[in-house]
Amino acid sequence: MSYQHTISGKIYRFESLRVLLAKASPFRTGDALAGLSADTYEERVAAQITLADVPLSTFLNEVVISYEDDEVTRLIVDSHDPAAFQIISHLTVGGLRDWLLKDETDTAVLKGIADGLTPEMVAAVSKIMRNQDLIAVAKKCEIITRFRNTIGLKGRFATRLQPNHPTDDPRGIAASLIEGLLYGSGDACIGINPATDSPAAVIKILTLIDRLRQQFDIPTQSCVLSHVTTTIDLINQNAPVDLCFQSIAGTQKANNSFGINLNILEEAYSATQSLNRGTVGSNAMYFETGQGSALSANAHHGVDQQTCEVRAYAVAKKFKPLLVNTVVGFIGPEYLYDGKQITRAALEDHFCGKLLGLPMGVDVCYTNHAEADQDDMDNLLTLLGVAGCNFIMGIPGSDDIMLNYQSTSFHDALYVRKVLGLKPAPEFEQWLIKQGLFDDQGNRSATAAAGLLKDMGGLWIK
Amino acid sequence: MDKITKPEVDPLSFLKEFTPARIAIGSTGNSIPTKQSLEFKLAHAHARDAVYSAMNNELLIDDLQQFKLPITQLRSQAVNRAQYLQRPDLGRLPDERSINQLADQITGDDVVIIIADGLSALAIHENVMPLLSLLIPKLQSAKLKVAPLCLVQQGRVAIADPIGDALNAKLSIILIGERPGLSAADSMGAYLTYNPKPGLKDNSRNCISNIRPGGFNYVAAADKIFYLVQEAFKRKLTGVELKDNEGLLGE
Repeated sequence: MSYQHTISGKIYRFESLRVLLAKASPFRTGDALAGLSADTYEERVAAQITLADVPLSTFLNEVVISYEDDEVTRLIVDSHDPAAFQIISHLTVGGLRDWLLKDETDTAVLKGIADGLTPEMVAAVSKIMRNQDLIAVAKKCEIITRFRNTIGLKGRFATRLQPNHPTDDPRGIAASLIEGLLYGSGDACIGINPATDSPAAVIKILTLIDRLRQQFDIPTQSCVLSHVTTTIDLINQNAPVDLCFQSIAGTQKANNSFGINLNILEEAYSATQSLNRGTVGSNAMYFETGQGSALSANAHHGVDQQTCEVRAYAVAKKFKPLLVNTVVGFIGPEYLYDGKQITRAALEDHFCGKLLGLPMGVDVCYTNHAEADQDDMDNLLTLLGVAGCNFIMGIPGSDDIMLNYQSTSFHDALYVRKVLGLKPAPEFEQWLIKQGLFDDQGNRSATAAAGLLKDMGGLWIK
Repeated sequence: MDKITKPEVDPLSFLKEFTPARIAIGSTGNSIPTKQSLEFKLAHAHARDAVYSAMNNELLIDDLQQFKLPITQLRSQAVNRAQYLQRPDLGRLPDERSINQLADQITGDDVVIIIADGLSALAIHENVMPLLSLLIPKLQSAKLKVAPLCLVQQGRVAIADPIGDALNAKLSIILIGERPGLSAADSMGAYLTYNPKPGLKDNSRNCISNIRPGGFNYVAAADKIFYLVQEAFKRKLTGVELKDNEGLLGE
């Protein structure tokens, strides 16, 4: 079906919903690289005006990648809940934006429609929303998940402690890990990107964290971010796997390039659930996503990168994750060029994920060839804190020495908690207070760390 | 208010020996102290300057002449840094003038060595001569014919494919500036491709990364590249299948 709009006598025609979505997308380099962007500022707004008038019901009849060719499309179509859709079924995309911003559309109402929206509807409405709209609506969502603690409560702000080391040296990992804990980092999880995917190395790291966690009775969960098939093998070897990680994308072909499909994820999900290691809940998957991944795998089917990204959330949602992390600035300037594009993309991802019911966190990050710096990250971090983001990363001094990019530091998380009055996950907060690391006002007590350090040093460093 | 005291030594300083991570940097309130904050900025500034550093062909040619090989100066289709960063596809293609130049030099030689700025021309200026001084004699002593040295402005790794193809070379080695990190802005990478031709993917290449004095040193890097070249000619391939035996190579 084609769509069109006329501005001052000039007719803008868009041959399909797929094209309309791409042309309506706020500018980013990845869509230009793919040849999908609007040619002019006017064409982009013409597409947005056109998109605003498209009824949501159209999205149930026109897919952007065919049902036959793509299992993500099949998942989206087959899992759509018509009952949840009922309340918004009369709306257009523009009408949905207005409805989302209404005061009456509160946390409970938004929760009620999460299964009635498709990723494409959510991507569409985000394209006609300003940054403040994305923040205002996301803030109304409350997506709570549980494993050994409770993440996503309003007024809480968690961090994934990310103590990576270039050669997976256990002592090097432990050093960053201990420092992170003393800074109150690690309630979302203690998550390590291994330098190699070798099962022997991974099991060593898993055992290290698990012992530390048990010794100090830390109410959190661990994750080594190896390929899902490696994790399945480790589960079969009785390794102490808390969370199962995988990078996912929004098309079947892109997922195949990651060496996965829905069946493999299902297998991983069942294997992880079977361990039953969560104490307060059973959300046990950790997914990472990021705009541009489908294009980078040459698997985008002419769909813009933001719509592809939101389709990945349908994949995530199927497996009831504890954490979904959009690694927004990692992919590089050919997809998101500068601080402005990274910021916009992060707010879109956070909003879209939350609206679909996902526990969204954001890796507030950039690479050295992007036009971005710490000031851009400070801005984004603050915006995400306001928007109610579930978690960010915690990395020593912002500098990930394994993945070679800059993310948020332990200090950054304390900053945002302080200026916005946010607290860690409740169980973790209690642990920090019990250990004397923080007081109940959220102030850090550096001296109280000494006793804890002595025990840790004896066991893990020497 | 209490009088201002000097920031104390971070109690975690003893952990520093176990990791190059930025731990034990202290804090002032919840924030990173001034000195450490500016140290970070300086590292980022070095990385940014490296991304925007330009390859000085004249200087390089002066040095490269010692190898007594013809030298060709080429450009990708990316006309400037901003376009290079946004359009990696253009950085993988020689521009028209370069294509014509290459057409005049078809030799069917064994190995073509391509030198490209990539994301750090600084890395090329620092590392390319010491490495080639070791590598080129090795290649020549193994009776491998080395094609004209190609200097490429605004080049990406895969530009080695059309260049190698145009020269009808059996194997290409591209030496290229890697994406600068905060700890090093001058890492050079080497990518080897057997039977280079347009359309190849990264799984057809072998990579030696982080070539610089503080990383993978020149002697080890030259040895490893030379070993891979010999294996590639023996097995008539590069890429993941050659990598399968990498355990034999050591690091």
